[in-house]
Amino acid sequence: MRNKEKLVEILLTLIGLSSVTVLGLIILFIFKEGLPAFAQVGLWQFVTGTRWSPGKNLLGILPMIAGSFVVTAGALVVGLPLGLGCAIYLSEFATAKTAAILKPTIELLAGIPSVVFGFIGLTLMVPFIRNFFGGPGFSVLASALVLGIMILPTMVSVSYDALRAVPPVYREGMLALGSTDWQAVKMVVLPAARPGILAAAILAMGRAIGETMAVIMVAGNSTIIPTSFLDPVRTLTSNIALEMGYATGLHRQALFATGVVLFVIISILNLTARVVVRGKTR
Amino acid sequence: MNAYTTSHRSKKEDRIMLALLRLSAFLAVAILVFIVGYIMVQGFPVLNLGFLLSSPTKMGREGGILPSIVGTVVLTLLSAAIATPLGVGTAIFLTEYTREGTFSKVIRFGTESLAGIPSIIFGLFGFLFFVIRLNMGWSILSGALTLASMILPTVVRTSEEAIRTVPDVYREISFALGGSRWQTVTSVVLPSALPGIVTGIILAIGRAVGETAAVIFTAGSSLRLPQSIFDPVRTLPVHFYILAREGISIENAYGTAAVLMIAVLLVNVSAYLIINRVAARRLERR
Repeated sequence: MRNKEKLVEILLTLIGLSSVTVLGLIILFIFKEGLPAFAQVGLWQFVTGTRWSPGKNLLGILPMIAGSFVVTAGALVVGLPLGLGCAIYLSEFATAKTAAILKPTIELLAGIPSVVFGFIGLTLMVPFIRNFFGGPGFSVLASALVLGIMILPTMVSVSYDALRAVPPVYREGMLALGSTDWQAVKMVVLPAARPGILAAAILAMGRAIGETMAVIMVAGNSTIIPTSFLDPVRTLTSNIALEMGYATGLHRQALFATGVVLFVIISILNLTARVVVRGKTR
Repeated sequence: MNAYTTSHRSKKEDRIMLALLRLSAFLAVAILVFIVGYIMVQGFPVLNLGFLLSSPTKMGREGGILPSIVGTVVLTLLSAAIATPLGVGTAIFLTEYTREGTFSKVIRFGTESLAGIPSIIFGLFGFLFFVIRLNMGWSILSGALTLASMILPTVVRTSEEAIRTVPDVYREISFALGGSRWQTVTSVVLPSALPGIVTGIILAIGRAVGETAAVIFTAGSSLRLPQSIFDPVRTLPVHFYILAREGISIENAYGTAAVLMIAVLLVNVSAYLIINRVAARRLERR
């Protein structure tokens, strides 16, 4: 009996370490495969080089870094106000019954596969942009719109939780002072929930930067730093997914090195989100 | 300043803001309904038993999607079967076997970090580790292990939340009756946390079904009907992606997408129904 208890405890301790182990393996394998490319190309040359043409051994990923950030910024412009608007409506203005129906419905967006978002973008948004704004249609704009919609569920559910965590007394105090509903939200609830909303935005940013399949289908994927919203663009994730199938040697290592850069960016974002959330609870 | 005009103005601001907030909620729902509706309407004409139960021919230009359906189901269930003991075990360890300290912080850090990693990185990792290093090749097993790593944080988080809602009194009664820690877990804690745990696993499955980037480099893109978990397979989202992007057959792409959407909706709605039933029961108990 006692032995069995001890055995179970040891087993559970080992199982408890599974996610840390997987994380360690991911870091180990991606870095090990990617670092030789840094060594050969030069770290600085790799992240600031503006030309990517593996056939000529020109391996600079600045266009993709720029692409990822531009597309993500665009996604935030679309998804942030829309998502925050939904969260404020659900938490502050909708009746309990309405919120109980609307919230899971909006969260269902998270379940739609990214290839479906990409396909809708490809068949509807890209031709629309081509016809109404010009350019190839495959563009920063199309990517930003698709990603903006894809980050909605993260944005809504994390900032909804932040808004709900604001004690009702805050609102009641404001209303008792003669404020309107919106004034109470604007002056008290939103400032109080700010760290949580910020964390939502950072997490949404991480989702947008990490998204692959949807972006590939609508971005156009040319390796030039975009100068307009109608220019095609290639992100770090697309760079990996597009060329992984046939790359060999240094080219392949450079793709894993692209993964390392992506991993570092995402880690910085996640750590920032964690610090922001911890600041709230203190 | 005139008090009357201020309040008049702020009431107007209230009305405008409320309208904008309503509009954003309406837009979000409208987008969802549109996407689901569009895929269903476009894909529905293609859906018939022949499409569901036959193998593709001419690279998917003709024929059906049976191998992809079988592959997706097997791969997804296998990944859930791998992630469930690890995820639920981690949650049990965190809630029942350790106090908050450095060790639990390390585990939490690992789980949270894993949750933030993009699926393409999981794909790269799965390719290097399972496909090449462990020599499993492009196979259902490689894909399932990769997806299991990816959904592990979801299972841990939802199981932990479910286990934390089990009242401490339950545990205390079990201990008072002479139950050991493990007996308490298996006969008291897990049964009352079960609906929440199941919901978490279903949500994780919902995520795994639609995953493309992590699967395409680990499970391969073979169109043949898999005979064992060591065979490569082309899952529904990968098949859809290849049909759509390479313009092989837009009709069959829509049909595949419709099947995928139906699967995702079924999975998510059933998770939602379980949550609701549990919540209702909890209210009754009060």
